[in-house]
Amino acid sequence: MGSHTPQIRPAGRPAAGREVRGRLPWMLVVPALAGLAFLVLPLAGLLVRAPWPTLIERLAEPHVLEALRLSLVCATIATVACLLLGVPLAWLLARVEFPGRRVVRALVTVPLVLPPVVGGVALLLVLGRRGLVGQWLEAAFGVTLPFTSAGVILAEAFVAMPFLVISVEGALRGADQRFEEAAATLGASRWTVFRRVTLPMVMPGVVAGAVLCWARALGEFGATITFAGNFPGTTRTMPLAVYLALETEPEAAIVLSLVLLAVSVVILASLRDRWVNSP
Amino acid sequence: MTLRAHLVVVRPAFTLDLAMEVAPGEVVALLGPNGAGKTTALRALAGLTPLTDGHITLDGTTVHGLATEQRPIGMVFQDYLLFPHLSALDNVAFGPRCQGSSKTEARRAAATLLERVGLAGQAAAKPRHLSGGQAQRVALARALAVRPRLLLLDEPLAALDAHTRLEVRSQLRRHLTAFDGATVLVTHDPLDAMVLADRLIVIENGAIVQQGPPAAVARRPRTDYVAHLVGLNLYRGQADDRRVKVGELLLSTSEPLRGPAFVAFPPAALALYRTRPDGSPRNLWQARIEGIERHGDNVRVHLDGPITAFADITPAALAELDLMPGQEVWASVKATETHAYPA
Repeated sequence: MGSHTPQIRPAGRPAAGREVRGRLPWMLVVPALAGLAFLVLPLAGLLVRAPWPTLIERLAEPHVLEALRLSLVCATIATVACLLLGVPLAWLLARVEFPGRRVVRALVTVPLVLPPVVGGVALLLVLGRRGLVGQWLEAAFGVTLPFTSAGVILAEAFVAMPFLVISVEGALRGADQRFEEAAATLGASRWTVFRRVTLPMVMPGVVAGAVLCWARALGEFGATITFAGNFPGTTRTMPLAVYLALETEPEAAIVLSLVLLAVSVVILASLRDRWVNSP
Repeated sequence: MTLRAHLVVVRPAFTLDLAMEVAPGEVVALLGPNGAGKTTALRALAGLTPLTDGHITLDGTTVHGLATEQRPIGMVFQDYLLFPHLSALDNVAFGPRCQGSSKTEARRAAATLLERVGLAGQAAAKPRHLSGGQAQRVALARALAVRPRLLLLDEPLAALDAHTRLEVRSQLRRHLTAFDGATVLVTHDPLDAMVLADRLIVIENGAIVQQGPPAAVARRPRTDYVAHLVGLNLYRGQADDRRVKVGELLLSTSEPLRGPAFVAFPPAALALYRTRPDGSPRNLWQARIEGIERHGDNVRVHLDGPITAFADITPAALAELDLMPGQEVWASVKATETHAYPA
């Protein structure tokens, strides 16, 4: 039933007008622009000071390629390790009620706020040659972890896993658990439910978490240098190479930094397009 | 009996306590207002909500100790919950796969079921590309694919628009008739319940208030909720032969009766007058108009007075009588239009 209500329109004004919202407050705009400059300028500086003419040549130097290869391999293996351990851990935190769950969740995030150097020291104390587990590992299997490539992977995984766990746990909490109930009514065991329903449904969260985890592992410095040292070819990853080059050969440091920057930007772009902005 | 159950679920502010039996091939509808415990009952049967007490046996086997995945059940959820990452075919094949069929076998069985619900052409479609009615049929096929002994349907038609609903309702009726196990469906829609079910169990506040064949429940409602569902005015009173005393009012009825009794009559049986009608018919009382609203093609008048009642009149009558909320009117109902039965 349509009774017409008279339309109220201010006299002497066009109906279609621009929305007037007042001036932007400078108290917000000025600090905002300063903040933006603070974030962007150092990156711009990197680009400005880059030795563009000799870039390709420097990139092709064996020690650069070596460091890059080591970084990529270690970060990838660390990410795989984080996936294998972190996804089940995230599932446990999101789906299973157990006493002390909040404490466990807090513990998982500790490496996130812990200074990486401290993480490296902690790793040494436990897995070092005289460490709690390390001396046993060496005696029983002859395995030494510190100052090896495996040590690099360990240090990176330690620092990066919280990113994966938090991302996956968030995805699990956001996923509608009734789909899991529906799967149970169809005769699926909890393992089958996880494999065939839960995991495919939280896959975007797992991928996003894995990418973050990988990026964090790629940039790891503190824990790596503390626990794994700085040996070319086995433990000198890109960030370590950058730091080292800065003291002897600043231009090489810039080149290495550019490579890391490029990798980060590519990751960020792929993450946004595929997993953040997609419906 | 296929299903025998006594379901007790105790929550801080709510207790469900209901006993039910369902024969093979029988369709029982749990009908009740929101929060009555219908869905809790269904989830308890499925093992998704733990029983506080009671038991569930299916074909003589105790199942209340089993986990959901071990019970011989199939369930259709209100919003279907089709797995979004699987095609319609793989959704239906999911159950058989879990029961140990090979991928090929499971898919063959699923294809047969999809064909039976008329969706052979949509087998490869992902759930988001299915219409509401199609998704409902895939959900039904998926539940039937595990060859359940007990089929559970939670508001199976609630998510559909009116037009689709009509079509899907009759299809669902056909599939339920063909199913040889026990079926329990939950609905708050009386029409769905009447069309789909052989027997109604009406639940209010976690307990059964009435049960029986749909026609009997519709004819002899025993609570205001049921009366409202089936569109009747219902009163409880004391009967003395052909008179029932409801509060202050004495209603003449057509059936002789003694003791506590219900009186029911349809809103269309009420006649309204602005002034006291001549010839003083029996069952006449003075009422106040509380509200007036459209009701289908008619107008529903809410009356307060010695008894509260709904009266359905035509828009023409409304205009002629010039009725307004707050007015005093005379209301009457013929004894032959009322129906009295023991409480």
